Amino acid sequence: MKNVAYINRPNRPLHLYALVYLAFLYVPVLFLPLFSFNDSIYVTFPFKGFTTTWYEQMLDNKPMHAALMNSIRVASVAALVATMFGIFAAKAVTRYRIRGKKPVVGAIMLPLVIPGIILGVALLILVSRLGIPLSLYTITLGHILISIPFSMATLIARFEGFDKSMEEAAADLGDNAWWTFWRVTLPMAFPGVLASLLLCFTISFDEFIMAFFLAGTESTLPIFIYTQLRFPQKLPGVLALGACILAVSFVVVFFAQWLRRRGIAGSSNVGV
Amino acid sequence: MPRNPSYGVALRPQRSWESRLRIFLMRSESLRGYLLLSPTLIVMLLSMCVPFALMVAMSFWTQNGFDFDKSFSLTNYRKAAASPVLEVLLIRSLIISGTCAIFTVLISYPMAYYVAFHVQRRKMLWIILMTLPFWTSYLLRVFAWMVILGYNGAINSGLKWVGLIEEPLEFLLYSPTAVVITLAHAWAAFAILPIYVSLEKIDRSLLEAAADLGDGPITRFLRVTLPLSLPGVIAAMLLIFVPTVGDYVTPALVGGSDGMMIANIIQVQFGRANNWPMGSALAIIMMIIVTVVALIYMWAARKATDRIV
Repeated sequence: MKNVAYINRPNRPLHLYALVYLAFLYVPVLFLPLFSFNDSIYVTFPFKGFTTTWYEQMLDNKPMHAALMNSIRVASVAALVATMFGIFAAKAVTRYRIRGKKPVVGAIMLPLVIPGIILGVALLILVSRLGIPLSLYTITLGHILISIPFSMATLIARFEGFDKSMEEAAADLGDNAWWTFWRVTLPMAFPGVLASLLLCFTISFDEFIMAFFLAGTESTLPIFIYTQLRFPQKLPGVLALGACILAVSFVVVFFAQWLRRRGIAGSSNVGV
Repeated sequence: MPRNPSYGVALRPQRSWESRLRIFLMRSESLRGYLLLSPTLIVMLLSMCVPFALMVAMSFWTQNGFDFDKSFSLTNYRKAAASPVLEVLLIRSLIISGTCAIFTVLISYPMAYYVAFHVQRRKMLWIILMTLPFWTSYLLRVFAWMVILGYNGAINSGLKWVGLIEEPLEFLLYSPTAVVITLAHAWAAFAILPIYVSLEKIDRSLLEAAADLGDGPITRFLRVTLPLSLPGVIAAMLLIFVPTVGDYVTPALVGGSDGMMIANIIQVQFGRANNWPMGSALAIIMMIIVTVVALIYMWAARKATDRIV
C-alpha cells in the first residue's frame, strides 16, 4: 500500500464528488420522513408546521394493518424457503467442482435481470392455467423465485471463505454428512444464513411488481401503498408509512450487509 | 482450489488406472455437486421455463370475449407489427433505458473509482452505503421522486418559495427526463458494483509502471485504468439496460403520457384491456428485441475492447 501512495494522493474534487453522489442517493429518500411531519395534506414548501397526526392516523388504519400482517407472513415464508434453496445451491457450487458451473449459476441468477413484469405475467399465466386461485400463496411463490438468486449470492460469498478442513475433521471424527452439516457447516455459515434471511425478507416485503400481478383479494403493503397514491388526501399517510418502512429497511439491510461482508471485505467477490 | 486435476498423472502412463480413477472421482464430484444443486436448479428452471412456454403458447391464441380461442394464429403479432403506437413505445423504451444506462454509468464511475483507489480504510462501509438504498422499497423510492419532482413538489414549491420562479417548471414531472432520473437513482447499485469490482482487480503495479515510464495522471487513467475497467462498464450498462426496458412502475408514476413505456401497455393488456394473448405477444416481442439489442451490444463491446486492450 505504501508504495502506491504517490499514485493515489488525496484527490479533493473526487472526494467532494463522492459526497455529492451519496447525497443524490440519500436525500431524495429523506424527503419522505421530512414531509411526513408537515402539517398539510399538500407536499409543498414552505412547511406549515410540525405534526404527528399522520403517524397517529396509522395506528387505527385497519386495512393497513391487514396489509402489513399479510406482507410479514408472505415475506417470512419466502425468506425461509428461498434461503433453504440458497443454502443447497451455494453449498453445491462452493464445495464441489462442478462442470458447467458458470451456465448453471447463471441460470439460477437469471431472475435478477429479467424485467419484473415478464416474470409476473408469466407466473400469472401459469397459475391461472393450472386453475390456482390468486392469493397470498401465489405472491409468496413469486417472491421465492426472485429471492433465491439473492440468497445464493449472499451465501456463496460466505461459503467461499470457508475452511474445508473443519468439515473434513468432523467427517474424520465420525460424523456423517448430515451431522457435519448441522454441527459444523451451519454454525460456521450462520452469519451468512441470517444475512440471507434478512435480505430475502426485505426483498419480499418491498416487492411490488410480482405482487401486483399475483395478488388476489388480499393485498400486501406495497400494493396497499400503490392504491393509496391515487388519492391526494391520502398522500401524507403514505409518507408516514413510507418513512417507517424505510427506517426499518435501512436498519435491517445495514445489519444484514454488515453480517455478510464481515471478514470477506478484502475479497473481490462483491456481488450485488 | 487445493486439488488439481490430472497434471503429473498424465506424465506417467503406466499408472493410467489412477488417472482413470481420478477422472471418475472428479466426475462423481461433479455428480455430487449436481445432486446438491438439483433442488434449487429444478425449482428455478421449472418456475421459469414452464411459465415462459405457456406465455409463448398463449401469444398465438386470441382473446374471444372472456374466453380464449386456442387455435394457432399470428393475429396478435400481425396487429402488433401494424400498430404505430407500439412502435413509438418500443423505441421510446429503448431510448429511455439506453440513456439511463449511459447516464448512470457516467455518474457512478467516478464514485466507484473513488472507493477503489482513494478509500484506504472502511471500504466495506462505503460499499454498503452505496448499495443500501437499492435494498429499500422500489415503490417508495419512485414515490420519493414523485414528491420531489411533482408539479407542486419539493423542487417547484421550494423554488417558488425562494422566489426564483413564478410558475412551476412543468418539465420536471411526467416526462421522460423524470423517468431517466428516477431509474438512474433506482439502479445506481447495478452500475457501482461491477465497475468497482473491475477497478479493484487492476494490478496496482501496472499503474506504478505507467508512472515510472513517465505517464501523467490523465494519460495513465486513459491508457491503463479506463481500458482495464471496461469489462465492468460494459457489464454495468447491460445490467441496467435489460431490466429497465421492462419497468412499468416508474413510467406509470412519474412518466406521464410522454414517458409511457412498453411495459405499461403490457400491463394494460393483463389488466383493463383483459387481452392476455395480446399481452403475451407484446411481452415476447419486448423480450426478443431486448435480447437482440443486448447481443448486438455485447458483440460491439467485444470488438471495441479487442481493439483497445
